[in-house]
Amino acid sequence: MTKVSMTIDGVRYDDEVEPRMLLVHYLREVAGRIGTPVGCDTSNCGACTVLLNGLSAKSCAVLAVQADGAEITTIQGLANGEWHPLQQAFHEEHALQCGYCTPGMILAAADLLRDNPNPTEQEVREGLEGNLCRCTGYQNIVRAVMRAASASQGAAS
Amino acid sequence: MTVTTEIGKARARKEDARLVTGQTNWTDNIQLPGMVHIAFVRSPMAHARITRVDVSAARSAPGVIAAFSGADFAAEQGSLPCAWPVTPDIVMPAHPPMATDEVRYVGEIVACVVARDRYAAADAFQLVDVDYEPLPAVLDMEAALTEGSPKVHEAGNKSFEWPFAQGDLDAAFRDAPVVMERTYRQQRLIPCAMEPRATVAAVSGDEITLWSATQIPHILRFLLAVILGIPEQNLRVVAPDVGGGFGSKLQVTAEEVLTVLLARKLGRPVKWTESRSEGNLAVHHGRDQLQRIKIAAERDGRLRGLSVDLLADMGAYLMLVTPGVPLLGAFMFNAIYKMDAYSFKCTGVFTTKTPTDAYRGAGRPEATYAIEHAMDDLAAELGMDPLELRKRNWITHEEFPYTTIAGLTYDSGNYEAATAKAVELFGYDDLRKEQAERRVSGDPVQLGIGISTFTEMCGLAPSRILGSLAYGAGGWEHAAVRMLPTGKVEVVTGSSAHGQGHETAWSQIVADRLGVAFEDVRVLHGDTQVSPKGMDTYGSRSLAVGGIAVVGACDKVIEKAKTIAAGLLEVSADDLEWTPGRWSVRGDPEQGRTIGEIALATFAAHNLPDGVEPSLDSEATYDPNNFSFPHGTHLCAVEVDTETGQVKIRSYVAVDDVGVVVNPLIVEGQVHGGIAQGVAQALYEEAAYDADGNLLTTTLADYLVPSAADLPTFVTERTQTPSTTNPLGVKGVGEAGTIASTPAVVDAVIDALRPLGVRDVQMPCTAERVWRAINEAKGDAR
Repeated sequence: MTKVSMTIDGVRYDDEVEPRMLLVHYLREVAGRIGTPVGCDTSNCGACTVLLNGLSAKSCAVLAVQADGAEITTIQGLANGEWHPLQQAFHEEHALQCGYCTPGMILAAADLLRDNPNPTEQEVREGLEGNLCRCTGYQNIVRAVMRAASASQGAAS
Repeated sequence: MTVTTEIGKARARKEDARLVTGQTNWTDNIQLPGMVHIAFVRSPMAHARITRVDVSAARSAPGVIAAFSGADFAAEQGSLPCAWPVTPDIVMPAHPPMATDEVRYVGEIVACVVARDRYAAADAFQLVDVDYEPLPAVLDMEAALTEGSPKVHEAGNKSFEWPFAQGDLDAAFRDAPVVMERTYRQQRLIPCAMEPRATVAAVSGDEITLWSATQIPHILRFLLAVILGIPEQNLRVVAPDVGGGFGSKLQVTAEEVLTVLLARKLGRPVKWTESRSEGNLAVHHGRDQLQRIKIAAERDGRLRGLSVDLLADMGAYLMLVTPGVPLLGAFMFNAIYKMDAYSFKCTGVFTTKTPTDAYRGAGRPEATYAIEHAMDDLAAELGMDPLELRKRNWITHEEFPYTTIAGLTYDSGNYEAATAKAVELFGYDDLRKEQAERRVSGDPVQLGIGISTFTEMCGLAPSRILGSLAYGAGGWEHAAVRMLPTGKVEVVTGSSAHGQGHETAWSQIVADRLGVAFEDVRVLHGDTQVSPKGMDTYGSRSLAVGGIAVVGACDKVIEKAKTIAAGLLEVSADDLEWTPGRWSVRGDPEQGRTIGEIALATFAAHNLPDGVEPSLDSEATYDPNNFSFPHGTHLCAVEVDTETGQVKIRSYVAVDDVGVVVNPLIVEGQVHGGIAQGVAQALYEEAAYDADGNLLTTTLADYLVPSAADLPTFVTERTQTPSTTNPLGVKGVGEAGTIASTPAVVDAVIDALRPLGVRDVQMPCTAERVWRAINEAKGDAR
């Protein structure tokens, strides 16, 4: 067993884990942060995407021990009193149906907008290539990300 | 009082609040005290005799509670049910949830390990030792039907043959000026709902609760009770939040049965969560048909007759509705077209592959692909514009209701209107002009246009028709409306949602009908203890059947409220009139009671008229008297790079007619997602097997579910021809996009390449396949 210590959604966690434990299983089964789902076992679908030190990471492709000392934001820690602009935009644009890909999609989009606050539609499509959705055909996801981008731009100006 | 109608309002969904914040209740999120984890050992052989299973090493591994083989369940596990024995002489082999002596596809369960956590279970399940004596794999349907083929089951490889004929086909083909024959292959697909399946079961005394990522908690409860002999009243099935289904969770699975049996055997809560690679093997697959079709037509394009000879791959076993899926297509090959004669024959074939069953559209996408693809082929043979060919054959809007050659009565539609709108939005004439220019200039990037003027039968289904097709259940749906003393409303629905948005749409229907606020309605579903009756969610039935049951329950509430209001107001009920939300005295609208006030009056029940029950609560069960027939025109333009074979969708226009729309946001979302899944079949996805029967596409790295970068923006519009067979005028929409889009995309690819001599490209039209088709055509020309 190996000691790990990390901050998840603003709360400090200290635990002992098997070195092979995936971060996503640590989040879900040890820390009880079950908002992050698992959609595949080959890091293709992106459902488990979280922010790791501010950057998007597929938490099934990271070991819990590799996240030692890290600051993790899951979908459950994204809202700050009120919904994050992406959460709001996903709701308003109907960018989710079953919602299983949504946590990962929103966090991947958050990183995309951090990197490129004013993306074109094509840049959004390419930026979210690592996150699969089976319900929406992506059209409203792209709309939602564009809407959140312009909302943030509006707020910044 | 202002009356606002909720029907048609683009309400953002109620469901989203938990889904965008990570507060969702997926089955895999359930943690119960003392819960242990199951890992299933699956066959690595496509076909083999099991000669020995040794679980002893696994049983003594750290953290392991128990390990079992099929023999341990033989006395109690029964056989997985098939509810659709389509012919009296159908071959329906026994299907033990855990194989006992023979395996017939890679992925079939042969043993299980139960351990304290999922890691310990995954470690120990590798210690299970199984000896197999290989038997020959049976992979090709045509070969499987030849004499001397190795057998999947003792009774042979043919499960059934289902013929259907209307009109004089011989006459239609005799002396027909044009006869066209084609063979199309519907490749095998994997549904790939984003949430992998999961089950949890817990036992308390003689009560058993199963949580499952299922579309069908009610049907599942009934069938588990029947096959396991558990008294139905002691069994509760819960479908918590379910992350998509597309038919893949319309099933009674081996894992569900075994989870229940393990909870009972071990006396503690057990859980199983599927990995994606496990799911691609074990979740039922979709499509997989060989379609031989033959059309007789006049020189001017008018259709005389159509004959369809179908081979449908059942896979290794018949699952819940496996044999019925291709038969849903039987009524759809004739589509929107008039003809004099039609014949259909389907042969269900066993192979040593994962069983097939319903996948979004279930039988109708296959049929629609074949007829729409054939119409474009026929137009090319006749040298006619494919739109013109359709116009010469389709049912015109004045002809509804129209009884088709397949015997269905389409209640309403307007193919002309939808097509005219699509053609305009698409810029059809301009694109044809550009296509001609590119052809003339020999542009290496050719433009193709594909057309799909589809309809489909959904809203499953009138119980009598299901009975006539030998289906094992009815097609009704149930709803209950409960008026709470504070005037708020609870709606119980038997339609178990898994992403569609029932909580929002049903709230709109109830708000509209009862005149209460949208926010004041809560929709309850997906738990047999909360929603005791239902036929669940599939076949685009929720709104067209379940939504109408909600209307029925609301109307009963209003009627009950009338009697009570009359008592409270001390007037005759005949003197009351209803405006949404309120009964008031005709001619004296100040005198009245709101539905909330009446609900409160029943709570107190102090002043109710004699003999009146102190409750407004009502339920309704609705059995539709017809299917629902959404239709539309989808137009797709693709650019095909003839040097690389790369296909790029340049524009896609969909004009759908789904009748009256309750929530346009939800409808548009269904259309987008539906089109995407149809495009995926056309261009990207295929469940591929090697020569030994191993599935090659077990991961999302191999099975190409398209990403945002692989799909274009769709232009979606609607026409609105209300259904005449239900009081809301609604039609189904859940599968329409998928049914429509595949032929539009493939036809566009072929249309681009026809001048190069290409006649067809097998789906999915990958760059390699398109490139090969171009080069083979060049070779033919030489």
